[in-house]
Amino acid sequence: MIYLEHYLFLAAIIFTIGVLGIFLNKKNVIIILMSIELILLSVNINLISFSVFLNDISGQIFAMLTLTVAAAEAAIGLAILVVFYRNLGSIEVNKINKLKG
Amino acid sequence: MYLYSITFYIFSLVAVLSALMVISARNPVHSVLFLILSFVNASGLFVLLGAEFLAMILVVVYVGAVAVLFLFVVMMLDINFVKLREGFLQYLPFGALLGIVLIIELGILFLTKSFSENSLSQFVQSPQINEVENTKLIGQVLYTDYFYLFQISGLILLVAMVGSITLTLRDRGQVKRQNISSQNFIDAKNAVEKKKIKLGEGI
Repeated sequence: MIYLEHYLFLAAIIFTIGVLGIFLNKKNVIIILMSIELILLSVNINLISFSVFLNDISGQIFAMLTLTVAAAEAAIGLAILVVFYRNLGSIEVNKINKLKG
Repeated sequence: MYLYSITFYIFSLVAVLSALMVISARNPVHSVLFLILSFVNASGLFVLLGAEFLAMILVVVYVGAVAVLFLFVVMMLDINFVKLREGFLQYLPFGALLGIVLIIELGILFLTKSFSENSLSQFVQSPQINEVENTKLIGQVLYTDYFYLFQISGLILLVAMVGSITLTLRDRGQVKRQNISSQNFIDAKNAVEKKKIKLGEGI
């Protein structure tokens, strides 16, 4: 029998994989953006499983809003990536030091 | 009930494995395709949970829009991806340590029965799920209680659209465009010129 804990643990695994992806692919911005999508997917799994197991619909509404924000974030992130590639000819994250920060 | 468990384990196994492949694939195109597989499996899990509308939205928005956008950018940029993978193994021990610690902590948090239905059901306020179907219920709540959030999310999408267009638009200076004000301010004296042309000669 599958309970809420199973879904939460699945979401935890996917969240960890997303965080790990950010750590391992430190240079490749595209993979980092995909890892962020994975993290948001795990958040969505959490929200929806709580919503279903608590019999409360608002979790699914919030999951939808998360989806919207994730789509907007992906669009703007990829646009910044394209502009960055156009200006510097590479997408290595550790070369982003124009602001001398 | 066995069928439910088996389906859950298949979907979650494929989702986790493809998520692992997303972060470890050599070719970013493969990464994007595994991301699509992971999202499709997650949407299968949502169907299993009874959230059909979110499952279909996930397929439409992620597989149909976001993943295709990723694929487009990956294929459009001419990047040496082998060079970008340098340092993958360098960060692996630290990353694996961090991942193991994180997964153990989250496992302790989630697997210790602290989320039993009795302890959380006191927070429930919205309408009960099982009375009407999922999509209808979402519509009933989304357009009434959460109407402002709905509109604000539309605004967020608009801002994202305007922002990404503004970022990527560039004026190369080669394009001939219509200049409406200069067209309007022209008058017949300057525009038309009468000339006498002699016979047998050009202008």
